[in-house]
Amino acid sequence: MVTPVKCLVWDLDNTLWDGTLLEDDQVDLVDGVLETITTLDQRGILQSISSKNDADLAMARLIELGIADYFVLPKIGWGPKSESVREIAEELRFAPEAVAFVDDRPQERAEVEFNLPGVRCYSDAQVPSLVTLPEFTPTTITTDSRRRRQMYQAGFQRDAERAAFRGPDQDFLRSLEVRLTIGRATEAELGRVEELTVRTTQMNTTGVFYAEETLLAMVADPAHEVLTVTVSDRFGPYGAVGVVVLDRHPEVWHIKLLATSCRVVSLGVGGQILSWLVNEAERAGVHLLADFRPTERNRIMEVTYRFAGFTDDSCECVTPVPAPDTGSNRLHLVPAPQTLSEVITLTAVDLRTPESLDRAS
Amino acid sequence: MNRVTTNEAVDSVADSEVATRISAYVETKAKAAVAHDTDLAEAGILTSMVAMEMVVFLESAFEISIIGRDLKMDNFRTVNTMAALVTRLRETAADA
Repeated sequence: MVTPVKCLVWDLDNTLWDGTLLEDDQVDLVDGVLETITTLDQRGILQSISSKNDADLAMARLIELGIADYFVLPKIGWGPKSESVREIAEELRFAPEAVAFVDDRPQERAEVEFNLPGVRCYSDAQVPSLVTLPEFTPTTITTDSRRRRQMYQAGFQRDAERAAFRGPDQDFLRSLEVRLTIGRATEAELGRVEELTVRTTQMNTTGVFYAEETLLAMVADPAHEVLTVTVSDRFGPYGAVGVVVLDRHPEVWHIKLLATSCRVVSLGVGGQILSWLVNEAERAGVHLLADFRPTERNRIMEVTYRFAGFTDDSCECVTPVPAPDTGSNRLHLVPAPQTLSEVITLTAVDLRTPESLDRAS
Repeated sequence: MNRVTTNEAVDSVADSEVATRISAYVETKAKAAVAHDTDLAEAGILTSMVAMEMVVFLESAFEISIIGRDLKMDNFRTVNTMAALVTRLRETAADA
């Protein structure tokens, strides 16, 4: 499967518009560029700018053209483009492999390719066909895709307030009025769940991709739980930000996947989900097993598990559970009651009752 | 607040350079003064993200690697317990 592009970074002169802003009398959008921008935006692919230009003049022209709002974190200045692309990726918390760059100048593409080998580079001639390429064609397009740009922009506003906030971070989090909802995935939500298993890398415990059909079968089977996590705060919704795939055995619950969007890392959502799961398991009188496959980017999830008390200790409870996939470690916990964060309001399903009984009652 | 055991290992590093460096870093995260025996989890400072940042900071600042069973909350609960962890891992590395 081709790695999806999560953000496309545009050059301006002779790529997005025809001509050079500081030399020509007037520059206008290249034919077809607007369609490319709006199509990618609808697909939930973020777009940004890396341009060697006068920042004020370039932003003014983007506003006149009515397209400034399509771009997040534009970088307009005179530094190397690899630096601005790197900054965009870091500020979005995306891996370079999730970022693409389009520029008419081969020198600029070569500079980015050399310094950021993971970033995929395209020429201006390729712009009209970008929307047909698999890396720009997500397998699912959800309501979250369509409003992704707005959710990121709300996120930047939130981050700015957070940076300016005087006092402990915990007090800022309290001021956000975060509401976390954990529920059983409905069939209508499975597209969003599939999308999350593809998009998350940093906060993903196993990196296993679950296709919609697989998830559908799991939802129908009471031995499996597919849970979705949604978050909102006073800045608005974050959309679906997390997924848990869990197998129920009589003595143990087996967490096969825990993935959360990088947008909610700073809220401590991953830890909160895990604390809630531990409490549910404790009340149900079962142990917990969690599969963890280390990657270059997901160490924070190992830290989250280990801080919650998971260890490598072996336990008899593993007997009915199939061995982990190659490359995965299995962590174990005998649950003890956890204190949930007091700054997050949690609404969650009662996991002690399997879904089939839940529906019947 | 006095949940930290006052065993010798902890005492001996409590005011060391290691603890001072750790506490300077913790204070940038807490945006406030932090005593060396403050329980950072109870104080709400040790979120998953800060925990991860602490792990990365300790590893790069003190040239250690913190893996497996050492990655437990109790080792990161206070500035003093982190200093004790760093000291122990440095000694283990020196012995090897």
